Amino acid sequence: MVERSAVVSGRGYCRPHYRDDRKDLGVIEFQAVTKRFDDGTVAVDELDLTVDPGRITVFVGPSGCGKTTSLRMINRMIDLTSGSILVDGKDVRQSDPPLLRRGIGYVIQQAGLFPHRTVLDNIATVPVLAGWGRAKARKRAEELLETVGLPAAMGRRYPAQLSGGQQQRVGVARALAVDPPVLLMDEPFSAVDPVVREGLQDELLRLQGELGKTIVFVTHDIDEAIKLGDKVAVFRTGGILAQYDTPAELLARPADDFVTNFVGRDRGYRALGFLTAGGLSLGELAPVKVGATVAEARQALRDGWAVVVDERNHPCGWLSADRLSSVDESATVDADLLLAGGSLYDTEHGSLRSALDAALSSPSALGVAVDGQGVLAGSITADEVLRALAAARTAGEVPQ
Amino acid sequence: MNLLTSWLFDPTNWSGTGGIPQRLVEHLWYTALALAIAIVIGFPLGALVGHTKRGGFVLVGAANVLRALPTVGVLTLVVLLAGIGLVPPIAALTLLAIPPIMAGAYAGIQAVEPVVVDAARGVGMTEREVLFQVEIPNAMPLIFGGVRSAALQVVATATIAAYVGLGGLGRYVFDGLALHDYPQMAGGAILVAVLAVLVELVLTGVQRLVVSPGLRPVRTSGGTQR
Amino acid sequence: MTWVFDHLGLLGDLTVTHVYLSVLPVVLGLIIAIPLGWAASRWRPARAFLLTVSGLLYTIPSLALIVILPAIISTKTLDPVNVIITLTVYTIALLVRSIADALSAVPPTIVAAATAIGYRPFKRFLGVEFPLAIPVVVAGLRVAMVSNISLVSVGALIGIAGYGQLFTNGFQLQFVTEIVTGIVATLLLALVADLVLQLIGRLVTPWTRVGR
Repeated sequence: MVERSAVVSGRGYCRPHYRDDRKDLGVIEFQAVTKRFDDGTVAVDELDLTVDPGRITVFVGPSGCGKTTSLRMINRMIDLTSGSILVDGKDVRQSDPPLLRRGIGYVIQQAGLFPHRTVLDNIATVPVLAGWGRAKARKRAEELLETVGLPAAMGRRYPAQLSGGQQQRVGVARALAVDPPVLLMDEPFSAVDPVVREGLQDELLRLQGELGKTIVFVTHDIDEAIKLGDKVAVFRTGGILAQYDTPAELLARPADDFVTNFVGRDRGYRALGFLTAGGLSLGELAPVKVGATVAEARQALRDGWAVVVDERNHPCGWLSADRLSSVDESATVDADLLLAGGSLYDTEHGSLRSALDAALSSPSALGVAVDGQGVLAGSITADEVLRALAAARTAGEVPQ
Repeated sequence: MNLLTSWLFDPTNWSGTGGIPQRLVEHLWYTALALAIAIVIGFPLGALVGHTKRGGFVLVGAANVLRALPTVGVLTLVVLLAGIGLVPPIAALTLLAIPPIMAGAYAGIQAVEPVVVDAARGVGMTEREVLFQVEIPNAMPLIFGGVRSAALQVVATATIAAYVGLGGLGRYVFDGLALHDYPQMAGGAILVAVLAVLVELVLTGVQRLVVSPGLRPVRTSGGTQR
Repeated sequence: MTWVFDHLGLLGDLTVTHVYLSVLPVVLGLIIAIPLGWAASRWRPARAFLLTVSGLLYTIPSLALIVILPAIISTKTLDPVNVIITLTVYTIALLVRSIADALSAVPPTIVAAATAIGYRPFKRFLGVEFPLAIPVVVAGLRVAMVSNISLVSVGALIGIAGYGQLFTNGFQLQFVTEIVTGIVATLLLALVADLVLQLIGRLVTPWTRVGR
């Protein structure tokens, strides 16, 4: 497998940085797969699709579109009606379901942890089923607890003592226990609150960078699909595949009205997330240190604004001329005087989208740029972002 | 109060043939035997129906009919059909114990969260493993509730064995009744009551050991709950 | 069958006694258990106390209590009052917990809404909280009813009247028909009582049947 092509190389989102030494294990092929339930409803209709090994493929669509059914047919939690599904060339129907499932990681909504087993024993489930012996299975479980970023002490707890986000991490660890090449994830993050969900998504991408699994991920949330997917399969009601493409292509060239509607109104804006912001030129900022006097701060104002940094040069917020005018000269600059800053633009990983957002969300209309370590790097304006976008278009880097 | 205790605290009643220790052992023996048979019959039925989710309606209906069955009627009927012996009281007590055990196993297993069972299959458990490693352990609180309730009813009702010529603590109740010896009657009744409370305490203790701590009601020890 | 038709009078008398001995305690038990359950749902200490006591009372075998009661309250040994009191206690023990749990399960928003539109606590209990708890209360009553019906027959062994007499009498006369009649009559009574309770439950909670 090669890296993504140059067109979309700028991973605006924090994409996994794949190693090149991945083995190409875990190719999943759907060949004319149809699922018709007993009541006659067709959940999946003649699905042809190949899931790339070592990548994240997201199945997304409205409810009743057959995305979950498609996922569950891979490990035979649901048996298909006609067609075939091959995992690494082998028809899944040739395998005994329990044995097949032990070789495929499975993560579901609300984690589905076993309430009567400790966290460690939950993770050790599949190794024990596979006959590893308890001691070896436990040792593996301890490793995995660390892999998913949970403290070792948590291994002795029971699932009911964990938060939703922690439970979901344990669910992922359980799925990884015997290091299966394929991971099936069925709306794993939809039951946790948005902040935790974002953390789990980032964590999944970080893990995937290390592990390079073939992940099939089901969600109804197009933003989640675009954030996580190397490829996204959009399903429409009735189990029909509407489009199967990279997120950037999906946003730039939706196949039809259904996909256009589904990816949403602000897709042009979201597409900026796939463009690197490497070519942006930053303006200079003269920062004021926390603890400086108000007199010094007044000197630093430009167009009525100054950015304030802490002792490590990390930005803390903005000072305005208005705000300073009502304060005594000898006072020091502290948190009470600051106006909250907007989002920060990370010059190493950020996309055009995050640069634009930094500019738009800043009270001074100047976006604050930081380097990879969070140290103040300069300012960015919305005009500059649009100029860079225009340059990218003429250079043919943006799909028209 | 003397009426209640005069017989009970008379040392001569606490030894020898027909003494309280012997009657106590007999009473517990009938209880344990009936309970064991009821578990062997009722538990697999309840577990199977709970696991397959098929036939729940029939099972609940059967349990309700069995519950309404008058134990003394069964006892006397079996004596007339099969003769005096251990069989009639054990049959009657077993029929008494089956409904709570069967219903407890069924209710417990069918109430295990569907996501948990789905996850169990999804990680590659066979149906057998799903039942034994996930469903039964998670259903333990309700399974045990059924067994406790059955045990309580059987201890209370094992008194009737004495009515058809066997031993047990019921002996004192019926002998006292026949001899117009109220203190003996009351003494027997008190012993049954104390035994019932003790059995309940012991089973509550055993339940603590058998049920996974993960299934106890959570007293938030860190972490948010759903 | 001819035996049954020859003894319709007897069966009728026994039915009246059996119904009286098993139904009256359920009614009395319900009347007493409602305020107790309400108290248990409102005050933590009351809850702990009432649930512990009712757990203990529930554990004590009814037959034993019927026998012991005369010594405690100075009634006659074979007085039906002993049966009524025992089964009433038993019904209370069973209902207090379910009523307390059912009342605690009434959504706080509904109680708050009722308070907000001006209900005083007592009217609110009668008009809002208790009606919402009825399905659980009916479930408790059904259990109490069935077990009372079967316990009254056990009482026959120590001379209490009711269908149980068909068992003791049939046993002494070695007469299978009489015993079978008693079993069938008990089952029928349990079935009818259960249906009546379900029907009452449905009639007083019409809102549970709308929608789905």
